[in-house]
Amino acid sequence: MERKLTCIVCPLGCELVVTIEDNNVIKVCGNTCKRGEVYAKNECTCPKRTVTSTAMCDNGSLVSVKTDSPIPKEKIYECMQIINSVTVKLPVAVGDIIVKDVFGSNIVATQNRS
Amino acid sequence: MYDIAIIGAGVIGGMTARELSKYNLNICILEKENDVAMGATKANSAIVHAGFDAKEGSLKAKLNVRGSLLMPAVCEELGVKYKNNGSLVIGFNDQDRETINELLKRGKRNGVEGLRIVEKQELKHMEPNLSDNVLCALYAPTGAIVCPYELTIAAIGNAMDNGVNLKRNFDVKSIETTAIGYKIKSKNDSVEVRFVINCAGIYSDEIAKLVGDDSFEVHARRGEYILLDKECGDVVSHTIFRTPTKMGKGILVSPTVDQNLLLGPTSVDIDDKDDKSTTQDGMGQIIENAQENLSFVSLSKTITSFCGLRAVGSTGDFIINSPKKQFINAAGIESPGLSASPAIAEYIIKLLSEQGLTLTKKQNYNPIRESVHKFFEASIDQKNKIIKDNPAYGRIVCRCEGITEGEIIDAIRRNPSACDLDGVKRRTRAQMGRCQGGFCGPYIAEILSRELGVPFENVTKFGGKSKVNIAKTKGGKIL
Amino acid sequence: MRDLVIIGGGPAGMSAAITARESGIQDILILERDGQLGGILQQCIHNGFGLHKFGEELTGPEYAWKYEKKVKELGIEYKLNTMVLDITKDRVITATNSSDGIFELKAKAIILAMGCRERSKGALNIAGTRPAGIYSAGTAQKYVNTMGYLPGKNVVILGSGDIGLIMARRMTLEGAKVRAVCEIMSYSGGLARNIEQCLNDFDIPLKLEHTVVEIHGKERLEGVTIAKVDKNRKPILDTCEYIPCDTLLLSVGLIPENELSKKADVDISSITNGAIVDQDRQTSCEGIFACGNVLHVHDLVDFVSQEAELAGKAAAEYIKQGKKQTIEIAIKTDGKIRYTVPQVITDSKDVTLFFRVSDIYKNAKICVSDGDKQILSKHRPKLAPGEMESITLKGEQICGAKELYLSLEVQ
Repeated sequence: MERKLTCIVCPLGCELVVTIEDNNVIKVCGNTCKRGEVYAKNECTCPKRTVTSTAMCDNGSLVSVKTDSPIPKEKIYECMQIINSVTVKLPVAVGDIIVKDVFGSNIVATQNRS
Repeated sequence: MYDIAIIGAGVIGGMTARELSKYNLNICILEKENDVAMGATKANSAIVHAGFDAKEGSLKAKLNVRGSLLMPAVCEELGVKYKNNGSLVIGFNDQDRETINELLKRGKRNGVEGLRIVEKQELKHMEPNLSDNVLCALYAPTGAIVCPYELTIAAIGNAMDNGVNLKRNFDVKSIETTAIGYKIKSKNDSVEVRFVINCAGIYSDEIAKLVGDDSFEVHARRGEYILLDKECGDVVSHTIFRTPTKMGKGILVSPTVDQNLLLGPTSVDIDDKDDKSTTQDGMGQIIENAQENLSFVSLSKTITSFCGLRAVGSTGDFIINSPKKQFINAAGIESPGLSASPAIAEYIIKLLSEQGLTLTKKQNYNPIRESVHKFFEASIDQKNKIIKDNPAYGRIVCRCEGITEGEIIDAIRRNPSACDLDGVKRRTRAQMGRCQGGFCGPYIAEILSRELGVPFENVTKFGGKSKVNIAKTKGGKIL
Repeated sequence: MRDLVIIGGGPAGMSAAITARESGIQDILILERDGQLGGILQQCIHNGFGLHKFGEELTGPEYAWKYEKKVKELGIEYKLNTMVLDITKDRVITATNSSDGIFELKAKAIILAMGCRERSKGALNIAGTRPAGIYSAGTAQKYVNTMGYLPGKNVVILGSGDIGLIMARRMTLEGAKVRAVCEIMSYSGGLARNIEQCLNDFDIPLKLEHTVVEIHGKERLEGVTIAKVDKNRKPILDTCEYIPCDTLLLSVGLIPENELSKKADVDISSITNGAIVDQDRQTSCEGIFACGNVLHVHDLVDFVSQEAELAGKAAAEYIKQGKKQTIEIAIKTDGKIRYTVPQVITDSKDVTLFFRVSDIYKNAKICVSDGDKQILSKHRPKLAPGEMESITLKGEQICGAKELYLSLEVQ
């Protein structure tokens, strides 16, 4: 079976053609870098996304946050619920972990707030 | 108890309120919207007509000529921009020339000064960007431009400074006769008054019917406009009218007092008095007409398009009368209503006094309203003094028009207070530039929330249900 | 007299300042209108920035922070909440803020880095009413990402620019339902990856060759009528479809913000809406340079930073040595290539020409010639208007050229 994908690893947006047999990716075409191949394989087995959002700070302001690595795509909404339920204690700096171990990733701050 | 209630805070209600505030009277203005100047006053051609257009002997003609004479002094007192730029009625063929000759004669009979016909060569010299097909024009040196909502806001602000009470969101539902005069009710408020002045614009026939006067009808006539960037403000310096035909006065091209270029209006009678939508056809017609009038117009510089509804009375003239004791109509005030407004106010006061209202002058009446442009037009030294006293004047909020936080706060604090985003826009021009509030809208919403003490999510564009945001994120409930 | 004044403390301004400092200019001042450095990046909280520059995927605030940290480490002076009101040809700057009031500065060199703004609704002349609930995508982004408010819960987006696509995902994650993204062209102006991860991931339909023809609702938006368009981009009326919604976001293009540049009489290109510059990003006004989105709209901030480095270095050289123009080669394009930046070459060193094409072209050859002489040609499998392209010319290739012509040969 062949599956067509648009690579989201970088802004080039390569159009990938993945050949799948017995749930195994056996060939990736159209990619222009190694990362594209990795993406294609993941996308066909366990698609992952980085989630970016904002979290509420204890003074009522917002700080931007992200998962520090991609999480399984089907967990995006659950991840959002976790982000929406936290209150971030100030001060906070870029890279500070806000919630640990969220679907194999950490929620980290991407802004400084004091 | 009020001596007088004015229904409608448009230019007629506003100018009348100001004129009446000179006297020892207890006055209220009842406005159904969240702000003043929300009807036809908000969206019209912004012209002070010279007065050659209206049929001689009509109220329109008399009050137009008188009103445009009074207008410069009124604007001066209220600190409102007024520009005597002159107007031209341009003709393209012999038939147009005939009509122009007629207008000249009529204008002279109406008492308009300085009217004359200019031929192509002189015309192209006066307005180099006019179409090459133009033949001649009627030149009216007394024609002028003014910003109608700026004038109205200033007039009502000045009236309020002199004691007039403004009640917003007061949508008149019934008017009952009482021993002393009338009781006017809205859904959840009421006022008792001796005299009523009906300045309700396109709804003035409905207000009149509430006291049993069904002698006239008012219907809505849609007028669509396109406003171009300030870069285009010098395409013409005069207000350019087409020669009127049976189909109406046609599309005009005019600079505004704020240096934009205004194209419009279309003219379509409609049934729905609430329908202020623009149409594809209307926009197309404006563009086509403007392209006929001008040798070149850059429509890519459009910053907004909008629609106003003119209140067209069934009699063909302004309907200013007293159908009932202590009740005055000022209805069917279509063009040249803005031009005539100072004279209409005088005329209404004459009717009131004929109705037995005693007019004694206030000792402490102050005709002056400090200009909202005071900071904008100040020298750098003066500005720095103001900024030192009030640092908010050092912070530019609207980058397109260069409007400071200080000016926005002033618009919220002074009479009549700006209570929503559009209110700030009409008072300060913030959000009126080329980005149309894209950058400054959120900041102005913040200032409104802070100054008015309302939650941020309750800030509206123009009152009612026109909320800008519907909920807080992060666990906030969607309303 | 200041050595270098930079107008704008976003990615372009900060990058230019850092490079100028590294090129030996001590006296640098950045004037920033917002309350923090970073410009629009502060509200672009999504990831995808910095792959070219740093080899990692950063969010907007993280990308900005890398530069802000450096600006602070290098002790580069900046003024926040400061708006520049005027610039003159002889480099006098008038600015205002709450603490200094209105003040004037004279600079040996100026770098313009004011960024761009979104095309507004007004420019589109959409028929219908004027209710609340219509925003440019960037304004909605500001409400959601920096202020913490949701403009609406049922959304239609007009235009498939990247900010619109990003906001489709963002509002979906915050609980809104995005009904459709309408794009008047037959292709999206946004990046392919954003169509994939912002629309397809959330089953949001992208309606190509569709536009909004009417706005409904008196106070708050109640719905929009959309329609398919024909080849001339005119709506086909019997394809009209009503979509109930309380929010319309517009992502219909960005315009470089050159009001200040015009005050200084800088020559502006009618195609890019930015200044006409040479390879050093020097404008038609000596000592005034421009970089980033104020010069031409970029798709990637990484390229903004790179361009700003060129401007920062060149401004430093100008401050130290004055103007040194050796040659003047104009660059013309064939229309398929809409424009190049730079538009003129004044020095025979290696130069990279950045450009955009006017349509989608497959298997095309980019040709650079000087009169009849072809200097260079490069094959590209695919070119799209939404993606900025570049081609590098060697100093010896342009040496002696009179006028360069960039064209596209399509098979």
